[in-house]
Amino acid sequence: MKERLSREVVAMRIAKELFDGAVVNLGIGLPTLVSSFVPEGMTVIYHTENGALGFGPVVTAEDMEEKADIDLVNASGQYVTPLPGMCFFHHADSFAMIRGGHIDITILGVLEVSEKGDLANWMFPGRGVGNIGGGMDLAFNAKKVIAATEHTTKDGKPKIVSKCSVPLTAPECVDLIVTDVAVIEVTGEGLLLREVAPGWTAEEVQDLTEPKLLIDSDLTEIEL
Amino acid sequence: MLNKVVETFEKAVADVPDGAVIMIGNFAGPGGTPFYLIRALCQQGAKELTIIANTAGGIGLTLDFDDHRILFENRQVKKVIASFPFSTSPSRPSPAEKQILAGEVELEILPQGTLAERIRAGGAGIPAFYTPTGFGTVIEDGKETRDFDGRPCLLELALKADYAFVRAYKADTMGNLVYRGTQRQFNPIMATAARVTIAEVDEIVDAGELDPEVIITPGIYVNRMVKVTEDPSFPRNLDRVFWAKRT
Repeated sequence: MKERLSREVVAMRIAKELFDGAVVNLGIGLPTLVSSFVPEGMTVIYHTENGALGFGPVVTAEDMEEKADIDLVNASGQYVTPLPGMCFFHHADSFAMIRGGHIDITILGVLEVSEKGDLANWMFPGRGVGNIGGGMDLAFNAKKVIAATEHTTKDGKPKIVSKCSVPLTAPECVDLIVTDVAVIEVTGEGLLLREVAPGWTAEEVQDLTEPKLLIDSDLTEIEL
Repeated sequence: MLNKVVETFEKAVADVPDGAVIMIGNFAGPGGTPFYLIRALCQQGAKELTIIANTAGGIGLTLDFDDHRILFENRQVKKVIASFPFSTSPSRPSPAEKQILAGEVELEILPQGTLAERIRAGGAGIPAFYTPTGFGTVIEDGKETRDFDGRPCLLELALKADYAFVRAYKADTMGNLVYRGTQRQFNPIMATAARVTIAEVDEIVDAGELDPEVIITPGIYVNRMVKVTEDPSFPRNLDRVFWAKRT
């Protein structure tokens, strides 16, 4: 088995998509890691569904006693820290920001993503139930949707599929897929393989992907 | 003379009838949850309730504290309208999850923004609105659709309630409310969308003591207020260190 990128490296690659002043909403899991890799000197304004903008990093275990405040949490219920310029608002305003197109980038986890950019990520695998939460509004309405995921399931099945087999979060919403072996852009013509992990070939990535990939003429190795 | 202050949580919820529709402020942590009103309703015992809240309680995202989970445990709920109804931990299903899967409680699951906007619309006298969120997913089922600027949208109806239980930081005697941090979440919109809004607050001050520029919920939306007297035995399982931070 070829070596795949760690979750941290995937998060570092996604962080390259951020820009100065970007308003960003991070989903639960791997996406949350991205905030650790924002380039120095760049201001990223984080949005959370429960009504805050411009807050700082998650409170670490060592700082819990000192800094945890039940009235300062992100959408995962994690304690976050205040930053100068932070502001609060209610839930309807929070989703007016999302629905109104004021969120530049959202980074969401994946159960399946299709060749058209359909995203499925809300139904728990094998439980027949799930939580929609804020992910559906984000997937439909953020200006750019980045899907962050392992390329295959724990059983080695492709997560990038021709057609999603589980209930959709949103159809044709994903712009960019960043996995532990590749960076793939969703285009009108199909999925365009733009970058591969060091040591991987386009054919090897294709073998782990259900739909046919288009290969970028400028195919490069993922750089951080 | 106008007096909205009620002495006890028990009195504040005494008239909630069986079959009432109740909005409860709630998100992914203990902040902004009206624990004491929920407990009083649990003791009061009204049944066949419809609960409108972000979660169905007991999801254990951060701390395994008491919230509206206890209304499900006590078999008081007939229906729940929520965006995040299930426990994220399969080994710890919430009481609501068990009752939903057994067909004992009806679930209406919604995207969180649609839930919030339906509540806002309910308070604002807007009977319905269109949103793109949910088109082409299970959320579309049975809903009217219409294209705007080439984008398909769903018609979503306003939500109203008989009661809203909200949590705020400070109130004045007029019922004006201010919140603290992310405690705000659904509370201000729920306060507008119910026939009777009951606020659970840390402190009640005289009219004039809150800066009018920072009031979030105007007092006309609030019918009753109860001041929290800290009960060290409640909510159960909530880490006291964090709870104490707020005062």
